[in-house]
Amino acid sequence: MEPPAGQHRPHAPPPSLWPVGFAVGIAVLLTGVILGWVVVAIGALLTAIFGFLWVRDVTGGLRTVPDVEPERREVAPPAAPIRADEGGAGMVASSESEIERFPRSKFLEGATLGLGAAIGGVVTAPVLGFAVLPAFRGGEHEEVDVGAVDDFPEKEWMITTFRLDPDLGDVTARTAYVRNNGMLDGRPSFTIVSNRCVHLGCPVQPNGPAEDKGTQFDNKGRPNQVIRVPTKPAGFGCPCHGGQYDTEGNPTAGPPVRALDRFEFSIRGGRLFIGKPYSVGGVRGEAADAVIRRYDHVLPGVHVEGPSALMYPLEPPR
Amino acid sequence: MPRAKSARRQQIERAVLYPLDWLEERSGLIGGVKYFIFRKVPQDIGWPQTLGSATLTAFIVQAVTGAILAMYYKPHPETAYESIRYITNDLTLGWLVRGMHRWGASVFIILMFFHMARVFLYGAYKYPRELNWIIGVLLLALGMFEGFTGYLLPWDQTSYWASVVGININGTAPFLGPFLAQFLQGGAEIGADTISRFYALHMLLLPGALFALIGLHLYLVIRLGVTSPPWSPEAAGRDRAEVAPTTNGRAGLVRPGSRGGLTRTGVRK
Ligand code: HEM
Ligand code: FES
Repeated sequence: MEPPAGQHRPHAPPPSLWPVGFAVGIAVLLTGVILGWVVVAIGALLTAIFGFLWVRDVTGGLRTVPDVEPERREVAPPAAPIRADEGGAGMVASSESEIERFPRSKFLEGATLGLGAAIGGVVTAPVLGFAVLPAFRGGEHEEVDVGAVDDFPEKEWMITTFRLDPDLGDVTARTAYVRNNGMLDGRPSFTIVSNRCVHLGCPVQPNGPAEDKGTQFDNKGRPNQVIRVPTKPAGFGCPCHGGQYDTEGNPTAGPPVRALDRFEFSIRGGRLFIGKPYSVGGVRGEAADAVIRRYDHVLPGVHVEGPSALMYPLEPPR
Repeated sequence: MPRAKSARRQQIERAVLYPLDWLEERSGLIGGVKYFIFRKVPQDIGWPQTLGSATLTAFIVQAVTGAILAMYYKPHPETAYESIRYITNDLTLGWLVRGMHRWGASVFIILMFFHMARVFLYGAYKYPRELNWIIGVLLLALGMFEGFTGYLLPWDQTSYWASVVGININGTAPFLGPFLAQFLQGGAEIGADTISRFYALHMLLLPGALFALIGLHLYLVIRLGVTSPPWSPEAAGRDRAEVAPTTNGRAGLVRPGSRGGLTRTGVRK
């Protein structure tokens, strides 16, 4: 059946297989981020070639010059002047030169749109800033007192739960595995490993027995701010996706992408204070002799070493 | 054979029609609603084409039950879990409304996928409906984001750690992922700001955006008409059936059959 006159035919582009190659190229490229640079290069090459072919296909119609005469518009000859005291004088047909001037209607149109945009911008900018910026400021916490150094027996692990900000309460509770390594060159040494899995942030558990009850103590006049439970782990394991770590926090199995984060610490007046967290690429050696590859604190799942680390060039401010 | 109407019947009819005429004269709304309800659709559509309306129904159920839950829910780390417990165990019918909202959320997402599968398998995304497919993709993304932000709100162990994992999955996206994650949790750590932020997104921003986009989506559905199935004997681009011009906005709405009416008119051959 012929479509009746004036009826639009669907003018979809003809089928093309190039997008399939393009998609395969991108998939190879992304796989390369895990497998290595050669695969990345192959993927990029495929993407570029098929992308080019695809674009050439799609724009084929645009690049040929159409066989149609350009439309012309005749300019009417200027109307004879009308005397000012006759009817219709206010509505002289505009001549071309007058159109090129900047008539009042155009100015009003621009002014309305421009003013509207300016008002919109003045309202939107602070609102957007308010929605976004606070998330990137004020992330620092004071050091937290977790007890006397003598409460941490040498070579023993303590599951230590504390509040980052006592004013905000339970929602700021964090847990670290703390081990007193004894003295190193006359100064006390501690291993303080965060329990946040560096796969996606679940709480890792000690692989080994933990005592039922711990000791609790108050801080800054608030009850139960710190809880310590002795444990004897052979490593740490994550309940969410099975990530496994040794006692220094090195990943031994599963999806984690680096070693467990650690906390800085300081000792004042015989008490242990937990400070800022930092991220760890890996640890060689053990306890007081450990050599730690230290990085700024980043989110779980973010690579700090190897080609994958290139995907995280910027760190958000805190 | 038309029968003469009794005087009483005519009286009742006039009484019913008066407010409708009043509204039609001042707003044209009756005509608009009629246009929407009695618009032509292809002859050979069936149940699969109702999936969009089913999704819409699920969305409306979510909006209503959600608004009622918001009357009792308290978005703060110290109170959220307790208020959910109170809604579920103590409030009359609270368990029901919460259950509808919780299960309805899954129904909404599942129906969206079924509807999308229908559109895909029927090729209904093709010219001139590409834009409606794109709006649909935005609806899908916003709908899933709605589910993600809602999941945190009960503030129990499952929802807390699932949200930690979900936020950190966003954080692993290349380049801007860490910024996105920090924006989502409202700070360097997940905390009190996270729950109120998720609540505002879940309650206000995302439903508002969904409402607006659904409106656009339906506008395009009505403007472009529903696609015939690929196996339809009708050729694409055929002539449209003549539509009898309506002189009176209300005609056919309360008196089906007088003009247009409830019969499904096929395309003339
Ligand atoms: C909030 C979610 C959504 C609602 C409430 C909704 C609603 C609807 C309704 C009522 C229709 C017309 C009847 C029908 O075909 O079922 C429709 C059509 C359509 N929808 Fe959706 N939809 C939603 C999500 C989506 C998604 C996720 C997609 C695809 C990515 C999509 C793409 C389309 C397209 C292309 C049509 C036109 C189909 C045709 O003309 O045959 N929609 N939608
Ligand atoms: S969060 Fe620990 S293995 Fe995934």
